[in-house]
Amino acid sequence: MDLAFFGVQLLNGLQYGLLLFLIASGLTLIFGIMGIINLAHGAMYMIGAYLVWDLTMRLGNFWLAIVIAIPIAIVLGLIIERLFLDTLYKRDHLYQVLLTFGLILVLNEAQRIIWGGDVHSVPVPAPFDGSIQLTDNLQYSVYRLFVMGVCLALAGVIYWVIRHTRLGIIIRAGAVNRDMVEGLGINVRTLFTLIFSVGVALTAFAGMIAAPLTSIAPGMGDSILITCFVVVVIGGIGSIKGAFWGAILIGMAETFGSVLIPSLASMVIYLIMAAVLLVKPRGLFA
Amino acid sequence: MLHRYPKRVSIIMLVLTALVALFPLWGPALFGARSDFVLEQLTLMLILALFAMSLDLLVGVVGLVSLGHALFFGLGAYTLALASPDFSPASLWWMLPLVMLVSAVVALVVGFLVIRTKGIFFIMTTLAFGQMLYYLVSTSPYTGGTDGVFIMFRPSVAVGDTLLLDMDNPLTFFYFCLGTLIVGYVFLRWLTRSYYGQVLDGIHDNEHRMEALGYATASYKLIAFVIAGVMAAIAGMLAAMQYGFANPAQLGWHTSGEVLMMVILGGMGTIFGPILGAFAFEILLHTYEHLTTHWPILMGITIILAVLILPKGIAGLIIAPPGRDALMKSPLLRWFNRRGQAGSAAVKSSKPAAKSSKPAAQSKEG
Repeated sequence: MDLAFFGVQLLNGLQYGLLLFLIASGLTLIFGIMGIINLAHGAMYMIGAYLVWDLTMRLGNFWLAIVIAIPIAIVLGLIIERLFLDTLYKRDHLYQVLLTFGLILVLNEAQRIIWGGDVHSVPVPAPFDGSIQLTDNLQYSVYRLFVMGVCLALAGVIYWVIRHTRLGIIIRAGAVNRDMVEGLGINVRTLFTLIFSVGVALTAFAGMIAAPLTSIAPGMGDSILITCFVVVVIGGIGSIKGAFWGAILIGMAETFGSVLIPSLASMVIYLIMAAVLLVKPRGLFA
Repeated sequence: MLHRYPKRVSIIMLVLTALVALFPLWGPALFGARSDFVLEQLTLMLILALFAMSLDLLVGVVGLVSLGHALFFGLGAYTLALASPDFSPASLWWMLPLVMLVSAVVALVVGFLVIRTKGIFFIMTTLAFGQMLYYLVSTSPYTGGTDGVFIMFRPSVAVGDTLLLDMDNPLTFFYFCLGTLIVGYVFLRWLTRSYYGQVLDGIHDNEHRMEALGYATASYKLIAFVIAGVMAAIAGMLAAMQYGFANPAQLGWHTSGEVLMMVILGGMGTIFGPILGAFAFEILLHTYEHLTTHWPILMGITIILAVLILPKGIAGLIIAPPGRDALMKSPLLRWFNRRGQAGSAAVKSSKPAAKSSKPAAQSKEG
């Protein structure tokens, strides 16, 4: 493997990892603050991708499609939280798992009814549809660099909100002791709704910006959900920092795994997880 | 909590068992030409009931919510498929011990890693280990990839050259599965009433206290994990015999989710409940499949409603049938009431009261 090829894989791994972070951060926030394990998270990723494909086809503009799709995703998150999860906060994780499992079936089938079972793709939008010449015969897509930039920027915003705002203080306190936060007069109910909608919007947004890079297919959310679970377990549930480094690690491992040891590539991330659990049963950053 | 049931539980279970066992008498009359197909489905339900019951030992008795139980189901199926000779039937005399041994070893290794985790970590790690095996078999060249492996011959049960049970006969296999389920049920009831079962009960209620009393709770949980894994593998082996193949889907996490649903639908922690749950789930599935090609949406709605309305499952209804009073207090009605209240601004004052019950319940999970 020469250096340029290695560099391209490094960039791919980074880009994939950053995308994973967007999804995993929502998952880990929702668990850390609300104590809810949301299996339907992957389905929201899929819905984000389908929404943007549908709207791009209708409007002919990818960016306009994203602008319209984000509020739709937020509203969907709002509805799910208010309608279903609201009754489950007092119950065991078991019921959350099952209810969100039921939601997956409903959302996946709703997708089939609305958009059918075909595989789709979204063209890479201008002005990022070019590529950069790395060496004589290697080039790299500008859009991938753009995605990386957006993910990094969002990671920065999340970091800033959590570290330096009043909301961030409440979120951090809520992750440590929810009852105490409520006792201090914070409206936890509203906080939950906010966190869930933002978490769902983050994963749907990940699906939107990933749309030009992947094929949009039924069930695309299921596999990414499991990968994100691994990320969250490795990083430590509820830890945004853990989600970030876990996502980068898994992104790299999967990218390099599929290049170097294709036969075991799909296993690599689980082996890493098993190793982490052996050493630190609660994850790296918890 | 699960040692004394009202008499009607045994009566209902005995009547249902007799009904199922006597299917050859009433089946053809009721289903006519489709009777053979129904018998096959019944056999499958018996197998799934065994599978669901094994998960109940973890979820209901010990309180470990596994979302990767299909790992062992699939493991049993693949062990049978890969260890069977190509051109002659294997003997169940060595196939059954082999399946049990393989699954016990895997359950020990996986269990050693996951038993150290609690609550939500346990859910996530069991899920991840299940997926690990899923990807292993669906990409490995030895296991036929996503197509799976076909099983040409069902294992035979013979002494010397005389065939004791002809497993290829659907009716014989049906009774074999029924017998296995009954043995499994009696075993689990005995286990949960034994001293060991009482310790598991204690761990379910308060693990810290059991630890403080000097019980090595981790080993108790690990043993339960292995027992549940071995039983699930036996169910998986039977399922593979029934289908005639082992397929990655049998150990995917959707299977894990479905079997968890059977446990809840039936009523967790009751051992007999999951049997009813498996039957109810499969019957619903067939009904929905018959109705529409978009049956998953109906199944999903059913699951959501079951979680909201019937958290104690069918067994809960049998053990303590809801009176008028209980119906008025049902979660669904409360749910509707609350929705109504949220709509009108006048009842704002009732909100803090509703909220104050939350922290107490949450701290229990935390």
